[in-house]
Formats: sequence, C-alpha cells, structure tokens
Amino acid sequence: MNNLMIIGQYVPGDSVIHRLDPRTKITVIFFFVVIVFFANNLWSYSTLIIFALLSMFSSKVPIRFILKGLTPVWFLIIFTFLLHLFITKEGTKVVDFWIFEFYSGGILQGIAISIRFFLLILVTSLLTLTTTPIEITDAVEEMLAPLKKVKFPVHELALMMSISLRFIPTLMQETEKISRAQASRGVDYRTGPLKERIKAIVPLLVPLFVSAFKRAEELAMAMEARGYRGGEGRSKLRELRIEKIDIGIYIFFIIVAAIVFATRSYG
Amino acid sequence: MDIIFKNVTHIYQPRSPFEHIALKDISLFIPSGSFVAVIGHTGSGKSTLISHLNGLSLPTEGEIRIGEFTLTKDKKPENLMELRSRVGVVFQYPEHQLFEESVRKDIAFGPKNFGVSEEEIESRIREVLPAVGLSESLLARSPFDLSGGQMRRVAIAGVLATKPEVIVLDEPTAGLDPRGQKEIMEMFYHLHHSENLTTVLVTHSMEDALKYADYVIILNKGKKYMEGKPEDIFIQKEALHQVGLDVPEIVEFIASFEEKFQTKIPFHNQSISQLAQHIAEQLRGVG
Repeated sequence: MNNLMIIGQYVPGDSVIHRLDPRTKITVIFFFVVIVFFANNLWSYSTLIIFALLSMFSSKVPIRFILKGLTPVWFLIIFTFLLHLFITKEGTKVVDFWIFEFYSGGILQGIAISIRFFLLILVTSLLTLTTTPIEITDAVEEMLAPLKKVKFPVHELALMMSISLRFIPTLMQETEKISRAQASRGVDYRTGPLKERIKAIVPLLVPLFVSAFKRAEELAMAMEARGYRGGEGRSKLRELRIEKIDIGIYIFFIIVAAIVFATRSYG
Repeated sequence: MDIIFKNVTHIYQPRSPFEHIALKDISLFIPSGSFVAVIGHTGSGKSTLISHLNGLSLPTEGEIRIGEFTLTKDKKPENLMELRSRVGVVFQYPEHQLFEESVRKDIAFGPKNFGVSEEEIESRIREVLPAVGLSESLLARSPFDLSGGQMRRVAIAGVLATKPEVIVLDEPTAGLDPRGQKEIMEMFYHLHHSENLTTVLVTHSMEDALKYADYVIILNKGKKYMEGKPEDIFIQKEALHQVGLDVPEIVEFIASFEEKFQTKIPFHNQSISQLAQHIAEQLRGVG
C-alpha cells in the first residue's frame, strides 16, 4: 500500500489526546485554526507552536510517523515560502544576488506563512491520527444535532459519512486485490504510453463498481433485516461524555488563546 | 520451472506503526512438474507467499528464483511480463476480476496482453472451454449474467488461456458447493498432468492436499512450520493441532480404528476402497 497515505490514518493508542472527547478535539482544533490567523509576531507564534508541539508529544504517535505523513505537504510549505521570498518587497533589502533581491519583509512573511501552514496541517492531522472515523462521525452528529429543528437530516448525514468512511479501507483492499489479479493477466499500470495506461484502468474500475454496488445492496438488506429505520429514538453503544480532562483542555486552550491575543501586535 | 526461495522475508509497511512481518526466513524448493499444497491458518502468510511467485511482491530480504527469473529486494526482472505469462495465478474468488462485455473477450484478455495473435487466441479459447467445462454457446454472453460457478470457470479459463507453465491456485474452491469443489479440483488435477504443469495450491482443505498434492508445506505465522510428503505430514496429529490444523478424515479414522481394535494399519495415502480392503483382509485373518 501507499506509504504516503498517512494523513488521516488512525494510529491506535491510549494517550490523553486519544481519550479526549472527539467534540472537544474538533472544537479546539476549529478555534486553533482560526487563531493561527491572528498570530503576527514572535510571541504569539511561539505560543501556538508550543501548544501544537505539546499536543503532538502527548498524543504519543511516533514523531517520525507524523513527519513522514507530512511529506506531501512539505512541497506546499516550501513553495509558499519561496513565493513570499521572491515577491514580497517590504522592509529593508537584505541580499542582492544576480537578478534576485531579497527583502527582510519577504523572508519574515515567508517564514510566518510556512509556520502557519505547518501548524494547520500538523494539528488537523493530529485529529485524524488520534480519533477513529466513527468517533468523528459521532461527534459531527452530536454537534449538528441542533439543526434537526430545521428538518436537516443530521442522522442520515452522519450515517452516510460513517458508511463511506467504513468502506474506504475495504475499497482500497479491493482495488489492491483486483489490480493484482489484472496485473497477473498482463495489465501494465506503470509503463507504456499514457493512452494505454488510461485504458488499463477499465479492467480495474469495472469490477470495483460491480462489487461496490453488490456490497451496497447487501448492506441495505442486512440493515433492513435488523430493523434499522433511522435516528428517531435510537440509542448509542458509545455515549459521548465530556469529562474533567476535556474541561481542562478547554481552559488550557482558552489561556493559550488569551496569550495569543495579548501578545499579538495591534495597529 | 523450478521455484526456489532462499531465506525470503517479506515485511509490509516497514518502519511504521503498521509494520507487519508476513513471511520470515522462508526457504523452499518446488521442483518443476510437482503438485505442492501450501497450508496454513488465516494470516499465516500463504497469500503473501504466492504473490511473490509472479513478481507482484518482491522479497524484503532474500532471493527467489523461478526458472531463469530472479527476484530480489530491489531487482524486478526486466521481463516481468514474460514471467507473468509463464506463471498463471488463479486468485481467491477469481470471478471478481471479470470485467469484459463478453465471455470471449474476457478469456482473450490475458493472452492479448501478452501479445498472443488473434488466431492463436481463438484456438486457445476452443481448447480451454471444454477443459473448464463450459459450452461454446456462452462465449457471446456477458460474464455478469452467468451463475457464480460459471463465472469462476470463465475466470479460470482466462488464466489457462495464457498457457502458463506454473499455475498458482489460491483456494480455488472457496464458496463453491461440494460438487463444484470436486469438479474444479479434478479439473486442475487433470490439467496438471495433461499440460505438465507445476501446480502450487493454497488450501484449507486437508482432504484436497492429501488427495492431489505430492508435497505439502505448512506455514504458521509467516514461518515454515513443516514440509514433506502428505502421508508423512498428515500422521503428525499433535504437531498439526498445535497450529490449529486438523488431519484428514481418513487419517483420523485409521487412528481411532487402531485404538479401538488394538491393531496397526500403516498409512501410505491409500484410497478409501484400498483401506476398506485392507481392513476386511485383516478382519478375515483375525477371524
């Protein structure tokens, strides 16, 4: 399987971060993402970086693994840095090299934006690294519950979400299996002209669709056989509960936010 | 083609929290023309083992030789297609790989990829259809209109049409009714002899292994646990039980018969009627 597909892959564990209520995680991360855009000087950035690194270390997910998962994003981070370096012409001129002129403002901007990017991706991937997809959908369902009042199909949405999340690994396995079978029959996915390679996808897609539809039908039948009829009055196996630790995290986060707002420069 | 594994180890997703050692230091030798059964519990590494046989997987360590092809960690043979045309693999539930609009096209898919000419493909189709027990009237039908058993036969025909020298079967009878199971196994056994194939059969069925294989390899947790002739392996009841495997019915029967009547019946892979004759003679001798 693809080793780069790590963003979003759940790593089982029993750390503080794993045990947090998923709603807490989602809320905190949401506001973290907002606050990242308010940081604008050394102190506010340092506060956020410390917060992010603290969460990363307390999640106990191997750091090598997290960094490896960020590989596809490094390119983006470096690209934005370079973009700012070359384009922003603020502050004093620092380097004058051949046709390039680097300004202090550009370098600082570049660093700041890259840090923003890095923080955003690090924290959001921590969510999926430490939370099972089922927990996330449960949390989404709970958090959207008020919308039921305006006839928004919250439960159905959550169900759709969890079914599709549930079947991603299955479909990936299936893809792997069928592509191996077709490769054994002489399909070449890797070399040859582009037209041939696009044609090679047909023997993969057709069986995949056939089995996906079959599976959907079987799932629907199994659900009906067990009397499933939607969210009304349905109880849950795992009740989400806000514990002391969640409240602790909220308070901690509010302090972090307060520090960011207190230290950022205004004007 | 001889198949040689030299200290082969295969690790999935190495150096990640999902690291999984599927095969560990496996060495084995499968001579050309033999019928080998690979047996093991779910997760024992059987499927990983066979995916090395046509270069779908490469060993993480060690070396594999299949005929003149060599597979190592970072060396795929340049003529991988050639290897795949000579080693046919019938995967578990092979009917899942059908995709063409007609049975004819689906059977022709493999040989076409390997560059076989149209006329040759046509003659191969005529050849493999009776071998898998399908009638030519099905050729124009869509494979998705057929019954499960027929679909499987079409898929198998598609593999046979590439005329492999080695055929790898990954639980080819899974999900079939008893009669279908027997027919499919008889068919492969027949092909093994008539086409002079080297056959590697992955199975859960001790009965099939005993009946068809002339060599048995037992895997447990990615390691080679036992290997030998079926009649030598299957009498080691204790050792087999330890890795969650049973002995074939006939061996079980002989064991309880011996215990009950305090006699000895040597097991040499005899058929049920031979065994019955032997017992009858012995009883007559006693009486």
